[in-house]
This record gives sequence, C-alpha cells and structure tokens, in this order.
Amino acid sequence: MKALQFERNVPRYAAAVLAGRAMPGAGARVGPLRLRDLDAPRLPGPDWVELRPRLSGICGSDLATIDGTSSRYFEPIVSFPFVPGHEIVADRKGTDGSDRVVVEPVLGCVTRNINPVCAACARGDLGNCERIAFGDLEPGLQTGFCCDTGGGWSTRMVAHPSQIHPVPADMSDEAAVIVEPTACAIHGALAAGIRDGDTVVVIGSGTLGLLTIAALRAYTPASIIMATAKYPAQRELAQELGATQVIAPSELKRAVRRTTGTLALGDGDIDRLAGGADVVVDCVGSEASVTEALAVVRPKGRVAMVGMPGHVHVDLTGLWQREITLFGAYAYGTETLDDGSRRRTFDLAFDLVRGADLGRLVTATYPLSRFTDAVAHAAAAGPRGAVKIAFDLRNERERTRA
Amino acid sequence: MPRPGFVLDVDRATPPVLFHHGENFKLEKLPPGRSRIIYPGEPLEPLDDIEGAIHHALVNPHGDSEPLPALLRPGMRLTIAFDDISLPLPPMKRPDIRQRVIEQVLDLAAAAGVDDVELIAALALHRRMTEDELRHAVGDRVYDAFAPHGLLYNHDAEDPDNLTLIGTTDQGEEVEINKRAAESDLLVYVNINIVSMDGGWKSTATGLSSYRSLRHHHNVKTMQHSKSFMDRHASELHSSNWRMGKVLRDSGVKVFQIETTINNNVFGTEGPMSVLQKREWEWTTRDRVAFMGMKAGLDRMPARTRRSIFQSWRAPHQMTSVQAGEVEAVHEVTTANVYKQHLVPVEGQTDILTMGLPYICPYNVNSIMNPILVMCLGLGYFFNLYRGKPPVREGGVLIMSHPTPWEFHPVHHPSYIDFFEQVLAETTDPIEIEAKYEKSFAEDEWYRHLYRTSYAYHGVHPFYMWYWGAHAMQHLGQVIIVGGDVRAVRRLGFKPASTLQDALEMASDTVGRDATITHLHNPPILMADVT
Repeated sequence: MKALQFERNVPRYAAAVLAGRAMPGAGARVGPLRLRDLDAPRLPGPDWVELRPRLSGICGSDLATIDGTSSRYFEPIVSFPFVPGHEIVADRKGTDGSDRVVVEPVLGCVTRNINPVCAACARGDLGNCERIAFGDLEPGLQTGFCCDTGGGWSTRMVAHPSQIHPVPADMSDEAAVIVEPTACAIHGALAAGIRDGDTVVVIGSGTLGLLTIAALRAYTPASIIMATAKYPAQRELAQELGATQVIAPSELKRAVRRTTGTLALGDGDIDRLAGGADVVVDCVGSEASVTEALAVVRPKGRVAMVGMPGHVHVDLTGLWQREITLFGAYAYGTETLDDGSRRRTFDLAFDLVRGADLGRLVTATYPLSRFTDAVAHAAAAGPRGAVKIAFDLRNERERTRA
Repeated sequence: MPRPGFVLDVDRATPPVLFHHGENFKLEKLPPGRSRIIYPGEPLEPLDDIEGAIHHALVNPHGDSEPLPALLRPGMRLTIAFDDISLPLPPMKRPDIRQRVIEQVLDLAAAAGVDDVELIAALALHRRMTEDELRHAVGDRVYDAFAPHGLLYNHDAEDPDNLTLIGTTDQGEEVEINKRAAESDLLVYVNINIVSMDGGWKSTATGLSSYRSLRHHHNVKTMQHSKSFMDRHASELHSSNWRMGKVLRDSGVKVFQIETTINNNVFGTEGPMSVLQKREWEWTTRDRVAFMGMKAGLDRMPARTRRSIFQSWRAPHQMTSVQAGEVEAVHEVTTANVYKQHLVPVEGQTDILTMGLPYICPYNVNSIMNPILVMCLGLGYFFNLYRGKPPVREGGVLIMSHPTPWEFHPVHHPSYIDFFEQVLAETTDPIEIEAKYEKSFAEDEWYRHLYRTSYAYHGVHPFYMWYWGAHAMQHLGQVIIVGGDVRAVRRLGFKPASTLQDALEMASDTVGRDATITHLHNPPILMADVT
C-alpha cells in the first residue's frame, strides 16, 4: 500500500525542527515523514476490519508533529513508525462509496481488548481512557499515532468496529471528513459549562476555531460569541457560523472590554481588564493565545484549552488572583446535554456538520504524492484563504489493489 | 494694507501649489485650464493697543448690557469661563489672549471687591487641560493665584453634583450646564473666535454643558441640516444653541460675553515657516531654498520627531478685535470681524475639491492626528468653510492629502481606538452608527473614568467627529485620500491614492475626464463665499 509514514529518526527530526522554524510546514520536506510503499497493517484482532481511506484531513496536531514542535509529552503514548491521519472517511474493504464510514480514532480500552474497561471508558469518556499505552495494541492515543493501526494518510488501514460510524448516503466525503474535528469542537464547547447569557471568546478562527463557533452556537446558550480572526476568509466564515463579533487578534482586549462594559487598568492603553468574558475557548494553544485568554476572562471565569498547546511560558499570577479556571478539552466521547440526555459526541457532530454545512470548510485536497505541498498549504491555510486541507485517496492506484 | 483672499485660475505658468500633508508638505501641479485655487487673505492688521482695546471693550459693551465694572460688586459670585486647548490653532505665542483678557477682568473684579471668583476651562467633552496648558492659556500669575486653591479647574461634564438642569427649549432640548457657572451672579465667558463657528451661545450652551444637553445638537440630523456650520444663519447646530441660550437667559443666567478675533498670521512673516503663508509665484529664491531644505529635513526625520517639532510651534497670531457685552450682539460684531479675515468671494461650484490637511485640528493639540480626526478635519471643518453653497457640487469628489496613519494617542483618544477598530469595521454610515453605538460609548464607565481622572476625550467624542462630516458625506460622490495609510483610509470608507494625479484619475470615474477643480489653499484659514 502507499502511505505517508512517520518514523523515529533523530537527524531528520532535527532537520524538521529547523525547517519548521523557518517556515511552518517545511518539516515535511526534510523531516521523518516519508512517502513509502508498505505492507498493509495486519488486523490486530478477529473483529477488526480493513478500511480504505477516501479523504483524510491534516490537523494542527499533525503539523506540530511534522515540524517537530509537539511536546515530548506524547512520546510514551505514540508508537513508531506510524502513519498519521486521524480525520478519516473511508470505505469498508470491498466497497467503493457504498459503505462509507467515519473513524472515531481514540484507541480506548475496547479497541485494546482490555476487559474490564477503565472508569473513563465505562462512562463513555473515551478521550480520557487511562489505558492508551496498554492492552493488545502498541501505545497510541489515537489511530494515526499507533504503529498497529495505520492511519488515514494511506490507502489502507484497520479499525475496530467500536471506532466506526456509518456515513449517510447523502453526506459528501468532504462533510464526513470534517466530523472528527467537529466532535472535538463540540466536546470543547460543552465542556466549557456555558450558561445562559454568557459572553464567550473564541481565540483563533482556523478549522478548530470555526467549528467551535458553530458548536457554541448550536449546543450552548452563549449569548455573545466573540471570535478572533486574522484573515478575510476566516472572518467571513466565523460570522456565518455564529460569531456575533469577529475581531483582529490585536484588538481583542479592547473589544472584550467594550462588549462587557468592564473597567480596565491602564491610561487609555489596556494593561489588564478589570472584568472580562465569562468563558474563553483557546483554539490556538500558543503562549500568546493562552496569555491573551487569561487576560480577557473575568474573575472566576473559565478558559478552555481546545487547541493543542505545547510548552508555554505564562504568568499565572492573574489566574491565581482572579480565581480563573484553566482546563483542557481533548477529543470526545459522550456528552451530557442541557436536558440531561447523554449522546455520543460523534452523533452530535454528524448533526452539526449537516446542519451548518461544515463540509464547505474543506478547501483543497491533494494526492499523497504531493504531501509536501499539502502540508505547506495546511500550515499556511489562513493567509492562503483556506481552512481544512485533506489528502484525497480516492484516485490512488494502490487503493484498488486486492 | 493686507491683500484680501482671491481665486486664481490655474494656467500653464502657475507654479506647483502647496499642499499641507500632515507634518510635511507637497507641491502639486494642478491641471491648467480647469483648476482654480482659493487663497486666504493676508493677515489683517492687528490692534495697536491690545490692552487698551480689551479695556475699551469691557467698559463699552454691545447690546443690552451694562459695562463690566457696573456688574461687579462685593459679595457676588463671579465665574470666568474660557475656551479650552482646542483654540486657537496652532496654540499662540505667549501671552495668550485669554490671559490678557482674564487679567483685566480680574483686575476689575478686585477693584470692585469681588472675592468669590472661580475660573473654569470650558471644555465640554474634550480632554482636560494639563497644568502646562492651563498656565499657557491664563498665564502663570492667574494660575498660581487660583489653581492651588481649587479655584481654577477643568469643567467636568460627568460630575452630577456639579451640573444643573436649567430647563428645556421649546423643542424639548434639555439645557444642563455647570452648576457653579449657572448659579453665579455673573458668568464672564472669554472666547477666542478663530472661525465663525465659535462663540455666541455655543460658548456656554456647549462649552459648559453635558452629554445630556449636547446630544440635542451634536447629532447626525443637526449636522446634516447645518449648511454650513460655519454660517450661523444656515446652521441648525447654532439654532439649537441659540434656543438653549434663550433658556439660559430666561432662567436668569447672566452672561457677560467677551469675544476676540485673531488674524491669519499662523506661520509668521519671517523664519522657515513663513513661506507657508506666501503665494507660490511670489516665492523668492530664498523662500524656495528654505522650503526645499525644510522638506528635505522633514522627509528624513522619523514621524515622531516631525510631530514633536510641529506640535511645539507657537503661532504669532495677533488680535484683530475684541468685543464684549450681551451674547448675541457681541457675536454679530465678532462674526463680521471673522469674515473680514476669512471670507473669499467664489463664483460657482466645481466638480472636485482638493485640500492639503495640516498636522493639527482642534482635537490633537499636543497629540496625534488619528484617522478619525483626519476625516473630521477634512469633511467636517475644511469642507464646511463655506457660506452659500459648498465650493464643490453635489455628487462631486473631495481629494484630501494626509498621511492618515493608523495611530492613536491612547491617553487622549481611548474611545477613538475602539470606535475605529470596532464601529468603523462594521459601518461608516453615521445614522447607523448613531443609532447602534452612540449610547453605549457615551455611558461607558471606563471612558467616563478616563475623561474625569486622566486626559481622555469623552467616550462619545469620536461619534461627534464622525457626525461633523455627515453633511459632507451626504453631499459628496466620492472621497479620496492621497498618500494615506491604505488600510486606515479604507477603514474610513474612503479611497486611497498614491499621488494627486492618481486621485484625479480615480475621480474622473465619478465626475468625468474634464472635471473642474477647486483647491482650498488652507491654512491659513479661509472661508469660501460661494455664489
């Protein structure tokens, strides 16, 4: 099969770090990610199935891995070499478009054949699984980071039935491939505990930010949703998806002050807000975004880290003095809705993708052979007017081989 | 005998004309055969004996008023209000006119045994004046005698304990002014009438009032019906202030109005800046060398240095008249004296109006000319410097030259930043802006805090700047800014152009290829009397 494989290779990793610093996405040219002909992954168990990816998205966490900016935190919970790609719409083996599925990539207890399952998996909180480095599979927090399962950036992979969600016949591949990141966004939005009338700030209007805006509008009672966006296409989409205000990142502090009517410290320039937004959802995860999030949230407010952070240097004095809650929102599982009902995040995501026409966020697709172009495009999506970049495997020759 | 202003028809022999361009200048060639330049009058002769003229005015009042000495008595409460930092432009060399007038008023008050005297900078919703600025306006002697005792201070339009509602006009306009001024036995208001808009009932009804009162005339409808606001009899802004003045008078607020006019001597008759008030074809070789040298130096300087140099300029304005007494009678005489300096007869309208905007307007003294102020200076003040009809036809094009930096003074203009970033990003329509945003800015607690305790313009002030241009926006078909920051110009809703020639080319889309052009050669100030 044809696959992009990420191997453990220290010199190449070092080259990727340097290249990625010079130009985001450039790690793909010189780093450990290589296009290879590989044997298809073996089925890890009798109930596993083989899938043939149709589209597979490039996520921010993928870009961080390629450019070597990911935290070393991940080392014990990934296994090399792995085939990236965890945003996947695929065909079951032997079908071609008639039996499509979306993969829920978290490799929890069930996929690892661990019985009894951990407490988190028992609750349906798959993202919090405590056994992602144990069981029948090699370590890997998700498909796309585990050497046993393969990933979406290939013509073949394997999945456990518990990971598979059928795609309705009338849903496009583009819409289906956006379901996984939409589930992340919904989980983040619901985890933020937003109450009626809350003012919510979303930092970042990349894919995750835009999907979070849509999720906040659809599944929370947020009153005002303020979003930062750098580029015209992002601004337009943020507004379409439900942001009440779209602001340039440098203008956020002043905009939050105006909107919330709070006082500020500083003589015309704002050093610090006295109050602020009720909730901030950070969809970037950088040092600057975390700092900004803490600066614009009100005392006793909540900051949700939905974008993947790494090492950041942040002054937490304000968090302490203002009793701010900073918390992470990773992946998905099962959500409790306002009416008390429990639903799988992926089910909610399917609804939202359809309702808000989120398939339109897939801006461009590339064949595997143009992976450096694809990664470069994804790394510069904002300035190039793009949102989600994906690999298109549908026309790969290897895909049709038995 | 100073030469009056006049209109020059541009021909092939006409030299390039001076355009102010913020803290710099440009020389531009206007198309011959279809362009004309309105030049201001030369500076009128100043009064020979300023102190004597002031005294004469105080004891020989106009209208139904007794001489000032007759109005002063022991035990009375006397309040002296004076124009703030926005006048004159640029700030004048010491001694400031206000100082000269106030010293004489105080001498008379002292002679009459008046010992309850307070002085108030009538700044309405403008920023508070600093100690240095107050000292410059009233002089050290007055400042040191009153300020340390809390008897010389800035008006605070957000101090509910020091405002009083006098009443409402027959059109329902609330008249609320400074309580001390209202409850005094006599309010003496000291004006510097740099343009015909200044003075009259606008001094007290605006300068000492609050948002509650100001909103009745500082609004889009009023400004769109003030054609122009420099012509009191065609200005709804003034009609409203005059109605408020009637309420003040009828309620017993006793005002002794002192108005002064100054000449056009902005840049002096000697020194490197003097060339700026000469007509280009009269520039000597020395003038040209001085100008080119000055421009070459400015071109090489950082913007901050240029700003600092220009803002430190103190103009050698000289007083041309002083009159005192009853408000309306005084103002009639003052307006005639302002017109003597500023009015230039102009025949008919043209398709395009060009202007070079200088570094200063009423709201950036010792500060930064931000993009909103650029708009206000061009579409507000300069556009409205007409009587009769605008020198540019309805649907015509306005071309302004100014660098229009995306830059704000955070201490002076905090609400301007938010207005620019948040309001103008959404709409530039003054009616929509007024309806949707004005109240929230006007009542914003932080802006109120900064206005009262720091040196910030009131939260609503950028709205007024925008409304000031509402008549021009309604009248014009297109506005182009030459040499401005492209993003800032677009945020204002205007078109950016790199050069005047580009701008004229762009304008031809609106007014045709053979469009006629009028250039307003201002400053020094002129007012087009268009028939």
